[in-house]
Amino acid sequence: MKFGEFGGQFVPEVLIPPLKELEKAYETLKEDEEFKKELDYYLKVYAGRPTPLYFARNLTEYVGGARIYLKREDLLHSGAHKINNTIGQALLAKYMGKSRLIAETGAGQHGVATAIAGALFGLKTEVYMGSEDVERQKPNVFRMKLLGASVIPVESGSRTLKDAINEALRDWVATFEYTHYLIGSVVGPHPYPTIVRDFQSVIGRETKVQIMELEERLPDCIVACVGGGSNAMGIFYPFARDSNVRLVGVEAAGKGLETGKHSASLCAGKKGVLHGMLSYFLQDDDGQIATTHSVAAGLDYPGVGPEHAWMKETGRAEYVAVDDSEALEAFSLLSRLEGIIPALESAHAIAYAVKLAEEMSRDEIIVVNLSGRGDKDLEIVMNLLG
Amino acid sequence: MSFKDAHASVYPKTPWLVTFVTAGDPSPELTLKFMLALEKHSDIIELGIPFSDPMADGPTIQKANVRALKAGTKVKDVFEIVRNFREYSSKPVILMTYYNIVYARGVENFLREAKDCGATGVIVVDLPVEESEEYLRACEKTGMDTVFLAAPNTPDDRLRVIDEVSSAFVYLVSLYGTTGAREELPETAFKAITRAKSVCRKPVCVGFGVSKKEHVKALIDAGADGVVVGSAIVRLIEEFGEGAAEKIEEFVSELRKGLEKS
Repeated sequence: MKFGEFGGQFVPEVLIPPLKELEKAYETLKEDEEFKKELDYYLKVYAGRPTPLYFARNLTEYVGGARIYLKREDLLHSGAHKINNTIGQALLAKYMGKSRLIAETGAGQHGVATAIAGALFGLKTEVYMGSEDVERQKPNVFRMKLLGASVIPVESGSRTLKDAINEALRDWVATFEYTHYLIGSVVGPHPYPTIVRDFQSVIGRETKVQIMELEERLPDCIVACVGGGSNAMGIFYPFARDSNVRLVGVEAAGKGLETGKHSASLCAGKKGVLHGMLSYFLQDDDGQIATTHSVAAGLDYPGVGPEHAWMKETGRAEYVAVDDSEALEAFSLLSRLEGIIPALESAHAIAYAVKLAEEMSRDEIIVVNLSGRGDKDLEIVMNLLG
Repeated sequence: MSFKDAHASVYPKTPWLVTFVTAGDPSPELTLKFMLALEKHSDIIELGIPFSDPMADGPTIQKANVRALKAGTKVKDVFEIVRNFREYSSKPVILMTYYNIVYARGVENFLREAKDCGATGVIVVDLPVEESEEYLRACEKTGMDTVFLAAPNTPDDRLRVIDEVSSAFVYLVSLYGTTGAREELPETAFKAITRAKSVCRKPVCVGFGVSKKEHVKALIDAGADGVVVGSAIVRLIEEFGEGAAEKIEEFVSELRKGLEKS
């Protein structure tokens, strides 16, 4: 299953059978009433779904354009949307009879969400994390350990997220019989981009119902930040066929697209193949994958999910980039105006939504996916803003 | 000329010793020297094109990739190394890399350049048969030989397809894991050889974890047509750097003894 030419299964032969096993299990379980009931139960009473769709009155008044709504994924247990996927996949692993979870993490948010799901379902959890990131994200390392997971520092390559994925894949090649690799975004070989999209689509499904209740119509525009792209795909996908709803993905322009120090693979990358998928990647002329930068660690990845690549190619969604300083400004703005401290990742979406709303009329509606809360970023922001 | 005759005109008689180094490790200049050291006692040289994200490789070859890229090794340098090697040797050279390296250049362009510099074939570690339609067409067009990977968990029907599309040989991965020298050969290797040999018509070469003469012998005795040794050689480069050529030659000549029929 591909998204146009994107996606696929570009993996060593040994991983083909476990990917087939996963695909088969998922296709069966997603229709299984018991599985669906259990997933809904945990999303509701454990993770805290549904999350509110909040009309940001103060921000709307301040901007003086379109009405801005925030989908409050930041209110979920663990503080971000990541848990929608980790609960789903951990449950999938349990139904498949796997006893161990492995995951990659950059900033540690997906690692923490996986550790939570591992603790909840009694699965041994090991998280690969670049040694650079282990240093930079000590509180999350501690959180994961507290939650009973082991954190394995990755010393290879650039010692960041992409290397953690490589290392998790290396582990999985040797352990797939009893291990589920719980990928944290809509990336990786098929069926992962589909599985993660489906588990995250609860965001968009709820948004659709909520906006109909509140406004009796669909929004004009949906804005979400894009690293690998899971929160964006989660809110975009249920609106994919509503062609009047404009979908905007916001990548990290880091220190500026012209500096090369960014993570905007759709805006500035080229087609390529990594981590099992054909998609857009930041790379040099030889195809060596670039190192990336963003103030938001969760966006700091040189690739993007294949379905986003396809949405870009078909024009169904548009992709833009917001730099570190604009994101920091939005971080402060939302904190001050609404009393909501957004994750630096989500602040990218806020920053662009503010720009868009300004140009739109007062009877138009924008929904921003507020994918996570900013407590985890306080130290970084303190150092930057003083 | 039949396939068999064509094959025999390029490749020596089995069993083969296939040996590997990463191009550019620790510098492009030294690679030719190492290849010539390998060449004396090897049947086929496998030359790795370094990649930033070698996800099927264990620590030894990962580090070799890092060293090669740090030395500034570009893909065009690798082609140049093969071109220079051709002045000294006609032995088959199989390039081993990851698909993004091939894709970034344009699949057909990459293969044409590889062919022009004198490479014999290509192994793309992360390109399974399902994704290889364009690649296979371009290989045929440019006359590059193909080697696909098979694993201990590859079912018979897939093995058959892999055998079909591999024109040089089938590369059978001996175990569940990444490349890297190991003390003991895994049980999975022997079962996999028996099954692969019952299904495949092309030569079956076994790699991953092979590091000693005894391993070579055991695998050949089990029916393998060839054995691939990589990390154990790369380890010598890691340890001895510039001076590794002599050690490599000595080591490969020792491995070679494992091919002799007992």
